[in-house]
Amino acid sequence: MKRYLTSTAIVLAALSAPVLAQDSITVVGWGGAYTESQRQAFYLPFTEATGIAVNSVDYNGGLGQIKAQVDSGNVTWDVVVGEKALAEIGCFDNILEQLDASTLPDAPDGTPAADDFIDGTISDCGIGSVIWSTSIAYDQRAFPDGGPQTINDFFDLEKFPGKRGLRKSADVNLEWALLADGVPVDQVYELLETEEGINRAFAKLDTIKDSVVWWEAGSQPPQLLADREVVMTSAYSSRIFNAINDENQPFTIVWDGQVWDRDVWMIPKGTSKLEAARQFVNFTSETEQQAAITNVSSYGPVRQSAIALIGKHEKTGVDMKDFVPTAHLENAIESDSEFWATYREELFARFNAWLAL
Amino acid sequence: MMSGTIANVRPPAAQLDGAKRRQVLRQYRRSQRRDSLRALALVAPLCVFLAVMFGWPLATMLTRAVSNDDFGAVLHRTSASLAEWDGTGTPSERVYADFAADLRQARDEQTMGQVTSALNFEWTGARSLLMRTVRQLSSEPENGWKEKLIETAPDWGNPDLWILIKRLAQPYTSRHFLAALDLEQAADGSIQGVGPEKAIYVTLFWRTLWVSAAVAGLCLVLGYPLATLLARLPLKTSNLLMMLVLLPFWTSLLVRTTSWMVLLQDNGVINSMLVWLGLVSDGNRLSLIFNVTGTLIAMTHVLLPFMILPLYSVMKSIPPSYVRAALSLGASPVTAFWQVYLPQTIPGVLAGTLMVFVLAVGYYITPALVGGQSGQLISNIIAYHMQQSLNWGLAGALGSLLLVGVLLVYWLFNRLTGGQGLRMG
Repeated sequence: MKRYLTSTAIVLAALSAPVLAQDSITVVGWGGAYTESQRQAFYLPFTEATGIAVNSVDYNGGLGQIKAQVDSGNVTWDVVVGEKALAEIGCFDNILEQLDASTLPDAPDGTPAADDFIDGTISDCGIGSVIWSTSIAYDQRAFPDGGPQTINDFFDLEKFPGKRGLRKSADVNLEWALLADGVPVDQVYELLETEEGINRAFAKLDTIKDSVVWWEAGSQPPQLLADREVVMTSAYSSRIFNAINDENQPFTIVWDGQVWDRDVWMIPKGTSKLEAARQFVNFTSETEQQAAITNVSSYGPVRQSAIALIGKHEKTGVDMKDFVPTAHLENAIESDSEFWATYREELFARFNAWLAL
Repeated sequence: MMSGTIANVRPPAAQLDGAKRRQVLRQYRRSQRRDSLRALALVAPLCVFLAVMFGWPLATMLTRAVSNDDFGAVLHRTSASLAEWDGTGTPSERVYADFAADLRQARDEQTMGQVTSALNFEWTGARSLLMRTVRQLSSEPENGWKEKLIETAPDWGNPDLWILIKRLAQPYTSRHFLAALDLEQAADGSIQGVGPEKAIYVTLFWRTLWVSAAVAGLCLVLGYPLATLLARLPLKTSNLLMMLVLLPFWTSLLVRTTSWMVLLQDNGVINSMLVWLGLVSDGNRLSLIFNVTGTLIAMTHVLLPFMILPLYSVMKSIPPSYVRAALSLGASPVTAFWQVYLPQTIPGVLAGTLMVFVLAVGYYITPALVGGQSGQLISNIIAYHMQQSLNWGLAGALGSLLLVGVLLVYWLFNRLTGGQGLRMG
């Protein structure tokens, strides 16, 4: 009897699986604390509101997997969160669905979404999800007499000896190298368009190359700091916020020179769950949800109306407003998605060659 | 070997007359055919599986490496009119008009992606150039397309760009293979090396080769004594020791690699132990990970079972009486080992070395996790081009070169062993 029941259960499970699959979407994010905050602020409330389950998958950025799925006609990702530059490249290369910004929900006070969304968070194939930033974080234990304060300090091996973590990627690193070499914030991208500027950036990176530990996944920098493998590192600021406030780690965020960018939702072209995917994007765009993600993780909201709803951290009671990237715009770099959409291939090729040798 | 046995059993034809003999032979051949058909049917699923899961993807990758995909098909008018252009000065108005028509069609049919991604790898800023240009296509120009396009973006007045487009419009290309060897084709058609700031692949190929050889060598040095010991110990003890070899072998590769990170990092177990023992000072901890040392250590450990297992199975088949006989006939232990034992283990040594070497050449996760910058191998850059830069043509070319390299090594190996090939005991 027991065996009969078991096999019936298996058959039933097999039969019902496709039915269940109809009511779920696969949302792809960057993993770790970031995905956890999305789960709390976006996924769970979305499932509660619509009955559509969210199946969460992690990736490390890039359009490769989306392209592979679209090209093979087997699209299993329904919504993907990634940098704005990727949405622009993917849109023009025709591997992303066009998104209609006119269906986005209005703010509670009736302001239309188009006016409420922060500049540059709505494009043809990308709808803003959060504002995030790459900044420096250091280990207080390594610098009892005071840690680095600026980007220049990050590149100063004499004053602040020890290994540094950097993301294995051309963006942010090249901007910082020029900034540390004395280039004003507003001239960084202009200079990077010239051969001279690129050489200058790589020359500056050369000065710390032997002391760099390269990371790839966003969850690595807090781990590297906690393991004392590095004394300071570039990191996604909200990951460090989580490490400080949720795990009591003795880290400090240095906001000087932070590179902030917008993460946007993208929908791979040809997903069978297009309607549910659009519904998901619209849901997370609501003011309430936008405030919710800031309150759990310090990611910045993409709409102005959400800023008023930002409160205090549940556990430590710190004011979340102070940890939002957009609260520290002095000497900050706004990542130029157009620049990176244009020069990505060339600069990444050069960066890889520089790195491997 | 099966067919050999059957062929050697000759039918008792001698005692039969002509007709009978032919009939028996026919029956015999029929039954043989049935046997071979049955054998074929047995291996058919495997063959189909190999063709679908191995042959086909491999062929796709190889074609990608030399094909220009649909570039010429999307820009079909342009490529036709460019064929008449001699490559000096800017092309004629007709080329520009055809180009505008092709782009407009590509925009409407949403096939722009195939043009942009190919052009963008070769021409910096091509994507934004095309984005800007496509926006200008809606209205007919007053003074012709040539003037309008060049006005939109000066790049369209650059003959080099049109030479590039003409080249990309050909169905086949050598550019991926050239790029995989740090070469490029200049606008005048000559082949030249890329600048030193972009050259990377040749260095990585050599690094992959020597790292793989070093890993195979280290595995041999570490694995040989262990395999000898395993083959000599009584079964009960050797089984226990064998478990110690197999347990890590069965453990997930990721788990093993990350445990090496715990052991090798600056504040890891090994460094802390050395500092505690006073062998190194606290300030000069050894850099054992995130460099080529880390790659060597972790890969050697991960691949060691692939050396030990073939060695063990060969050694197990060597009767211990041979060495005993040599010793009793007056050979010193060293001579007995060199002249009697070692030559008999050579098939295992070669099989193990080849296997570890070939596996190491394609190794990807371990160097990615523990290799840092100096420990990256060619497979890591192939993965980068597959997943990040989306330059699948270049990834295909790099993969093909790697495959050719491995086949060469295998051929050399076969020559060296006198055609014995792999023997697992």
